[in-house]
Amino acid sequence: MTATSSPVDTRALIEVRGLSKHYQTKDAGVVALTGVDLQIRRGEFVTIVGPSGCGKTTLLKLMGGLGGAYSGELHLEGTPVTAPRRDMGFMFQAPTLLAWRTVLANVLLPIEVAKLPKKKYLDRAHSLLELAGLKGFEHRYPFELSGGMQQRAALVRSLIADPAILLMDEPFGALDAMSRETMNVELMRIWQETKKTVVFVTHSIPEAVFLADRVVVMSPRPGRITDIVDVPLPRPRTVESMSEPAFAELSGNIRRQLNATGAID
Amino acid sequence: MKVDPLRGGRPDAVPAQSRRRRLSAGGAGRDRLIRWAAPLLLLVAILCAWEFGIRPAGIAPYLVPTPVDLAKNLWEGFTDGTYVTQTWATLEEILLGAGIGAGTGIVLGVLIAWSRILDVAITPYAVALNALPKVAIAPFLVLTVGQGLASKVIITASIAFFPVLINVAGGLKSAAADEIMLMRSLNASRWQIFTKVQVPTALPQTFDGLAIAVTLAPIGAVVGEFVGATKGLGFYITLTTQLVRPAATFAMFVILIAMSLTLYSVVRLLGRRLVFWRHNALESDHSSSRMGGV
Repeated sequence: MTATSSPVDTRALIEVRGLSKHYQTKDAGVVALTGVDLQIRRGEFVTIVGPSGCGKTTLLKLMGGLGGAYSGELHLEGTPVTAPRRDMGFMFQAPTLLAWRTVLANVLLPIEVAKLPKKKYLDRAHSLLELAGLKGFEHRYPFELSGGMQQRAALVRSLIADPAILLMDEPFGALDAMSRETMNVELMRIWQETKKTVVFVTHSIPEAVFLADRVVVMSPRPGRITDIVDVPLPRPRTVESMSEPAFAELSGNIRRQLNATGAID
Repeated sequence: MKVDPLRGGRPDAVPAQSRRRRLSAGGAGRDRLIRWAAPLLLLVAILCAWEFGIRPAGIAPYLVPTPVDLAKNLWEGFTDGTYVTQTWATLEEILLGAGIGAGTGIVLGVLIAWSRILDVAITPYAVALNALPKVAIAPFLVLTVGQGLASKVIITASIAFFPVLINVAGGLKSAAADEIMLMRSLNASRWQIFTKVQVPTALPQTFDGLAIAVTLAPIGAVVGEFVGATKGLGFYITLTTQLVRPAATFAMFVILIAMSLTLYSVVRLLGRRLVFWRHNALESDHSSSRMGGV
């Protein structure tokens, strides 16, 4: 960095500069990510949108310390990211609940793994489950729950250790359109109550705009950021927000950009 | 690899699905009746044909007993205690042999799943040992170890260990990639991933292996007794065949069937208790592909 470059935002929680990621396959090297610059502030809701193969999941995994080796800078609160950290909560596309554990035991898994006293987190688990509409299902097993309920349990699990950052990889991608909308509204509500920093990967443009303070637009071959779009829509947002002209305009802009880079599948 | 010898492939998927269908049709009671009555009626028909058909068909009493002779023989054998002694002798060999074999299989299976180096080092020899028909070592073992319990236990254990080893190792390795990624995201240690994800994942397949082990174990015990023994069902089969007492020989067959079925049922029941989520999981498509492929 030279002295003339823009001043570093001191409030940036996640700091990404010139981040690249290469895979070596049998025949050739694949550039999954190249030259990614991104600063994420504390309490911000950032969505990453782009088609398959644009490196959005790779970027999220790298931020979470699950992506292996990388080149460039990737700092969390000023410290280089090398491994998963306890102040991060992950949520994946599948609920990934352990079939042999009850909902409550699944939710407490992060506490158990971190060897924290489970009793201290019981109240928190119960209130979060209530917040997620799972009251009364604490002692049920995952196979007794619908897909949406399983994903809500997974959300509670990612929140249980009170992480500062939530990393979400298309968490509602496997749900039907109705459940997905409901989950988005609920996620908004929970986010506003808990003040987390959220990085949310999706390939749905409306979902990206609806949730975000800023939308990071990515393109494939090689995976890179093509734009970062501010979403000045007022909060709290509801399903009606999606029918506002500003919403349509933002979505349209992002769609045109993705089209321009030939990125729409 | 995970073949269930008595029930064929996907043993539990079919009842789970048909149970739902039956309930929706409202004929659960009638279906249960048919399930008991149909095989029972067939058995009665076979026994009648056997009882009244074999003498007119020219099969002599010194070759095959009638069911009534067989039943009488069983009754006398158990009341005078002879069959209790023989049955216990063989059962002891089976339980000890299958227990030692399964224990060895579990330990080796865990080692193989834990370490790639151990996997590469051990697996070829486990496969080679399994390739040797255990019947072939029976005479040698009886000669060197003696006619007592030990030779039968060794043969039985050598038969029982392989299916357990393969299923434990396979089960531990089959843990879902996203569940392991979840654990890694929580900064879990390798031991935590092993105990909290891999071991529960391996339980269904482990019980498949144990069920195969207990159904194969009697072969080891009986063959061991054929070669040289002073008691046991296999020993008694040889003896009564030479003495031309077909009713007693057939009685041994009946006891062996009953014993094997009981052992198998106990293992399956234990498995169902411990792996409660598996049968239910088959009802939701989320995990059926991973858990139901028996």
